Amino acid sequence: MSFLSYLINGVSLGSIYAIIALGYTMVYGIAKMLNFAHGDVIMIGAFIVLNALNVMNLPLIPAILVAVVGCTVLGIVIERVAYRPLRNASSPLAVLITAIGVSYLLQNVALLIFGADTVSFPNKITLPALSLADGNLVISSVTIITIVACIVIMAGLMLFINKTKAGQAMLAVSEDKGAAQLMGINVDGTIALTFAIGSALAAIAGFLLCTAYPSLNPYTGSMPGIKAFVAAVFGGIGSVPGAMIGGILLGIIEIFAKAYISSQMADAIVFAVLIVVLLVKPTGLLGKKIQEKV
Amino acid sequence: MKKLVKFVSLACASAMLLSTTAFADGDAFKVGGIGPVTGGAAVYGQAVKNATELAVNEINALGGVQFEFQFEDDEHDAEKAVNAYNSLKDWGMQVLLGTVTSAPCIAVAAETANDNMFQLTPSGSAVECVQNPNAFRVCFSDPNQGTASAQYIGEKKIATKIGVIYDSSDVYSSGIYEKFAAEAANQGLEIVSAEAFTADSKTDFTVQLQKAKDAGAELVFLPIYYTEASLILTQANGMGFAPMFFGCDGLDGLLNVDGFDTSLAEGVMLLTPFAADADDELTQNFVAAYKEAYGDTPNQFAADAYDGMYAIKAAIEKSGVTPDMSASDICDALEGAMTEISIDGLTGEGMTWTADGEPNKAPKAVKITDGAYAAM
Amino acid sequence: MGKKLNKTAKSNAVTYGMVVAAWAVMMVLQSQGMVSNSISGLLVPVCIYSIMAVSLNLTVGILGDLSLGHAGFMCVGAFASALFTNLTVEAIPATWLRFTLAILVGAAVAAVFGFLIAIPVLRLSGDYLAIVTLAFGEIIKNFLNILYVGKDSHGLHVSIKDSMSLGMEPDGVVIIKGPQGITGTSRDATFTIGIILLLIALFIVLRLIQSRDGRAIKAIRDNRIAAESIGIHITKYKLMAFTISAAIAGMGGALYAHNYSSLAATSAKFGYNMSIMFLVYVVLGGIGNIRGSVIAATILYILPEMLRSMQKYRMLIYAIVLIAVMLFSWSPAAQQFRERYSLKRLFKKNTEKEDA
Repeated sequence: MSFLSYLINGVSLGSIYAIIALGYTMVYGIAKMLNFAHGDVIMIGAFIVLNALNVMNLPLIPAILVAVVGCTVLGIVIERVAYRPLRNASSPLAVLITAIGVSYLLQNVALLIFGADTVSFPNKITLPALSLADGNLVISSVTIITIVACIVIMAGLMLFINKTKAGQAMLAVSEDKGAAQLMGINVDGTIALTFAIGSALAAIAGFLLCTAYPSLNPYTGSMPGIKAFVAAVFGGIGSVPGAMIGGILLGIIEIFAKAYISSQMADAIVFAVLIVVLLVKPTGLLGKKIQEKV
Repeated sequence: MKKLVKFVSLACASAMLLSTTAFADGDAFKVGGIGPVTGGAAVYGQAVKNATELAVNEINALGGVQFEFQFEDDEHDAEKAVNAYNSLKDWGMQVLLGTVTSAPCIAVAAETANDNMFQLTPSGSAVECVQNPNAFRVCFSDPNQGTASAQYIGEKKIATKIGVIYDSSDVYSSGIYEKFAAEAANQGLEIVSAEAFTADSKTDFTVQLQKAKDAGAELVFLPIYYTEASLILTQANGMGFAPMFFGCDGLDGLLNVDGFDTSLAEGVMLLTPFAADADDELTQNFVAAYKEAYGDTPNQFAADAYDGMYAIKAAIEKSGVTPDMSASDICDALEGAMTEISIDGLTGEGMTWTADGEPNKAPKAVKITDGAYAAM
Repeated sequence: MGKKLNKTAKSNAVTYGMVVAAWAVMMVLQSQGMVSNSISGLLVPVCIYSIMAVSLNLTVGILGDLSLGHAGFMCVGAFASALFTNLTVEAIPATWLRFTLAILVGAAVAAVFGFLIAIPVLRLSGDYLAIVTLAFGEIIKNFLNILYVGKDSHGLHVSIKDSMSLGMEPDGVVIIKGPQGITGTSRDATFTIGIILLLIALFIVLRLIQSRDGRAIKAIRDNRIAAESIGIHITKYKLMAFTISAAIAGMGGALYAHNYSSLAATSAKFGYNMSIMFLVYVVLGGIGNIRGSVIAATILYILPEMLRSMQKYRMLIYAIVLIAVMLFSWSPAAQQFRERYSLKRLFKKNTEKEDA
């Protein structure tokens, strides 16, 4: 029975990784950059939800919407100010180092505004827990909602990419920026849209992360952010279903490693997964091989 | 390079404008404090800083021994703590009340031993913090807390099957756990699960709780800080696991976590020398004054610092040192005086110190009942 | 060609001279008692961070790969050397010999780790490489946090659980105590030793850059495929640069371990945030500019200590400056702008291209 409960906890943790990983994988697929600051956008999103609930006294759904709007704007601004000017820089490191700078900036702005103290995130999901097998297997409502949210978001994104014009434009830009431009696609707009979607998802992920693990401080986003990037690489960077599978697998691996190997080494094991994946199959589970152009 | 130079010259100019010089006035002792007031451990440093300021103001208002107090940030980092210590020495520090956390404290202790500077740490609980003759502490040592917890549980027959969740990346937590495990065997307690977490993964405790649940733990021992404890209580509740919880002084503060549902903390037992809800006059006055000055309920770190400041005052009065003496002479005199004084403080009545730097005081166990601490 | 060689030789002489002059000035001031406690406490850390910045600049600036695991190499070097010192404190009474050996041990162990990590890393580049080095750094830190090493009459005992499971005789001493790390290491580091190590680091890196190997490494940075096509052995040179860089970082770690009596693998000190701090030094000093790294590390380490009241804003200011410098020096638009309005051009001196 405990095996099942570990599995469910793993899927729940993995679902959060998956939602975060979607943000990484879309940005990486289209803008070809590792948005190091993505984890910190999650943290900002969680703080917005918290303040919308506690200070503005909004109900839950409007509070999440405020955070989604806030993070979307933040994502677009970051892209416009910090990343776009460096898109054609001669060194690929330039934009990565800038992203690290943005990550630090967000953390420290949050530190000044919200303080260093860890605050407990209120649990607004008051549905009863699901109790199976005479109470031996208890699945909390947060777990169920996290998993459902992940599936809904994934399905929505797949539909958006495959069925809408903007989604097709994203695919085109990720294939070949130059050709897409020649075909009359607004490349700048498409990349901005990608950042907007990724950041909106980050707000939702921030809410789910802090509801499942109710502690929030300015550094809350960085570790899950990095692990979610591992998940995105694991699933194959650039692939939406890959991010989902990678995220959930990574969540299960982390929980199982804690349960059956060593609770002290769980992080090391997660990072070891990344290294093994990159050694054995650098393109990840569902990734495509990208031919290097001379 | 040009940019850098420009940036630097700007910064230098602002440094000159901002730097303030402290003037020694000769009739007050200069007490320095070091602790984290930024970063993850900021809560503890801030509490020590505030409470020491409060104590210094009170003592100075009495008109007897006078103090000047200066506090420097160490970000809970050994290297920054040594830098802070050096800058306090430039200020003219004669006595050090610090540092707040263990690892930086060990690094600074090596420096104070070298300089023969009297050091009283309010809350550096690792054994090595006070290994030199010039260093004393107000709080209990880690081994002391671990042993005392196991004895308490064993003697009061609270439970026999114990699960432990501890932070393997934290000195305080792993130190208590080791001594607890050693003493548990003597007390006939069975540790059915001992699961760790680390500073990088301290949000998900479902696995550790599940293991304790599967192993049939009646009591879960939490030698950790309150932030993680609040998460553990929430997650245990979410998975329908309701053992008894027992913790050490790190759990103090649990009831003040922003947004935490304190009803989940009902029945949690903790061994702490200080409870902000205690009804003795000293505690109530302190809590009221602290709340008025800083708008916050003081925690155990604040109480330790407050007692520490009064201990320094008592030792100074006992030894008869004067502010015009050098730090080294003061240290020699205070070392002896510390073992002769007795303090009725917030964290214990009739506290005394032994020459090896450890305090003698009785740990109190409290239980959270109706959202407040009640003596057990 | 001859002229250019002279120029680099001159530039290197300036770099060495600057370090030696800084040492001489500090020594004179110290003998006159004109240096405050806080400044003299900062001298060794300044050397440590300069060494780290020089070491990282070799990877980032010369090899062109972003390593976010440099704090991990420093950590390995620090622990290895501190362990060595604690084990041999009785066997080798001569401090200078023991410390020299400890530094060599630190550098060697870090080099081995660098080499091992370089093997998988070599297949990657760019963002993947950055994240994998970050992962390695975190694994090292995580592992050291649960490592317990003790010594008794039967020799060494190692555990990754707790100090009780070392199973030692009563006379045994625990040297590495998990999260508490190593305490009580003999504090052998001095400013002079720090300066000597910094000069060694500079010498190694500057010599490497000018050598044939160094040109090959730079060719790989500028265009890997072109370099490969003219027969440059990419694996060999990448391994070489990575290992040397790690060894220098290990040397910095050894210096660190012997400057404080408490060494713990905390996230703040040896996590990826510290690696990013080194990166800030490198970027602000100029990527590929070794002298700039030393200057930037020195200034950026001393300034915040002098401005303790502004501590709260320090990281915020670093973040903004980091972004601004990157945008200003790397974005194509800013590059064009600078070319158009550069002082050199205004004074019609744009005949030679020389970076500042």
